[in-house]
Amino acid sequence: MSLIRFFKTIFMIDFLTGLIMAIKEIFKPKKTINYPFEKGSISPRARGEHALRRYPNGEERCIACKLCEAVCPAQAITIESSEREDGSRKTTRYDIDMLKCIYCGLCEQSCPVDAIVQGPNFEFATETREELYYNKEKLLENGDRWENILAANINADSSHR
Amino acid sequence: MAELFIFFEQIYRILFLLIPVLVSVAMIVWLDRRVWAFVQKRRGPNVVGPFGLFQTLADALKYIFKEIIIPASSNKIIFILAPIVTMTLALIAWAVIPFSETFVLADINVGILYLFAVSSLGVYGIIMGGWASNSKYPFLGAIRSAAQMVSYEVSIGVIIINVLLCVGSLNLSDIVLAQKDLWFVIPLFPMFIIFFISALAETNRPPFDLPEAEAELVAGYQTEYSGMMYAMFWLGEYANILLMCAMGSILFLGGWLSPIDLFPFNVIPAPIWLILKILFLFILFALIKAIVPRYRYDQLMKLGWKIFLPFSLIYVVLTASFLMYFDLLPGN
Repeated sequence: MSLIRFFKTIFMIDFLTGLIMAIKEIFKPKKTINYPFEKGSISPRARGEHALRRYPNGEERCIACKLCEAVCPAQAITIESSEREDGSRKTTRYDIDMLKCIYCGLCEQSCPVDAIVQGPNFEFATETREELYYNKEKLLENGDRWENILAANINADSSHR
Repeated sequence: MAELFIFFEQIYRILFLLIPVLVSVAMIVWLDRRVWAFVQKRRGPNVVGPFGLFQTLADALKYIFKEIIIPASSNKIIFILAPIVTMTLALIAWAVIPFSETFVLADINVGILYLFAVSSLGVYGIIMGGWASNSKYPFLGAIRSAAQMVSYEVSIGVIIINVLLCVGSLNLSDIVLAQKDLWFVIPLFPMFIIFFISALAETNRPPFDLPEAEAELVAGYQTEYSGMMYAMFWLGEYANILLMCAMGSILFLGGWLSPIDLFPFNVIPAPIWLILKILFLFILFALIKAIVPRYRYDQLMKLGWKIFLPFSLIYVVLTASFLMYFDLLPGN
């Protein structure tokens, strides 16, 4: 052990340097945000809670092509469809098991009419499992509630698709 | 009738000490987390109550409502007894801590010896918990803890001898009053440092938290505990840390005495000074938790037996010869 090293050990120079540094760090601005009261920015591509969108005239976008059901790696989506009176094919049932879903975004990518999308909302925790088995009504309601943000996000990301 | 009155008066005095200690243990947990977070530029608990002060109370409430799981193969009586022992031993030591010249629950003449004995007994709670769990991680944690606490108690004992040489009394109030002119932290500064580091090891604080090293031993001796029993271990641990801080302030930082006997300082009541000194030491504890990585077990043992023990023994000889040579021995 060299002499300098010996004195450094005896007087705990390295330790004291660290202590002073720690005290300085205390007064620096915080790097974390005060989460429930302030929130960080979210990318337009964020893959959060699902939503089923509508056309501006109120018609559902989904054409029951079942591509999302086929592509879903977790098999979280269940779709049943039938022909409506006007001859168009629409879903009678569109369920997503949010507990199975892995939030990969493949359903959104596969959708030819931008009907099923994943929005920026990630705070949809519930107290029971049953509340996370989303059905068509819930998904359409999500779509109605988030439509402005969803449309803006799709628009912002359109050049990369 | 008179006996009954004395009995109730004693109970009242005990509660008057115990309840503030328990409340301050809760506050100190919050302070610990907060300082730790601030050093890492996080915010720490800040939601429950003003500045998150009631976070520990909320946690305690949560622990009360949690189920207590007793492992089937455990030794049930000792398993249940262990947290109770830890908590009780951490609290009874407060009886001799003098908060001012008059405010001390038990002004016994062997105060420091009592304190030392009780803090040494603290290891039994941990050994009982680790052994009664009948599981490998708690067992290893308890073994580590026992060896560690026994090793560092030796050097703490020798450090206390240093102080006692300068005081000539085992009474904690006398120890404080002997520091009226000069706090022992100045002549015995190396001993203060060693006492502080030994106190870290004695209370299983980082960087010496090997008994509960979560990377190796899950949670050490606490692994099998849940609910209120875990919370009692936890409270006992923090009460012990607070006790070590109080011991450090009484032995080295002049207890309830104000730093200088001048106007703005000497009107502040004595207990406030002791609390401020305890807080200062505790913030150091918390800062060290944030900056120092955990020691390896052989390094810990080497530090205790090969460095601290010989060094404090040499310092005893130095102190004794100094006092003898300059004829400063107390009682002369």
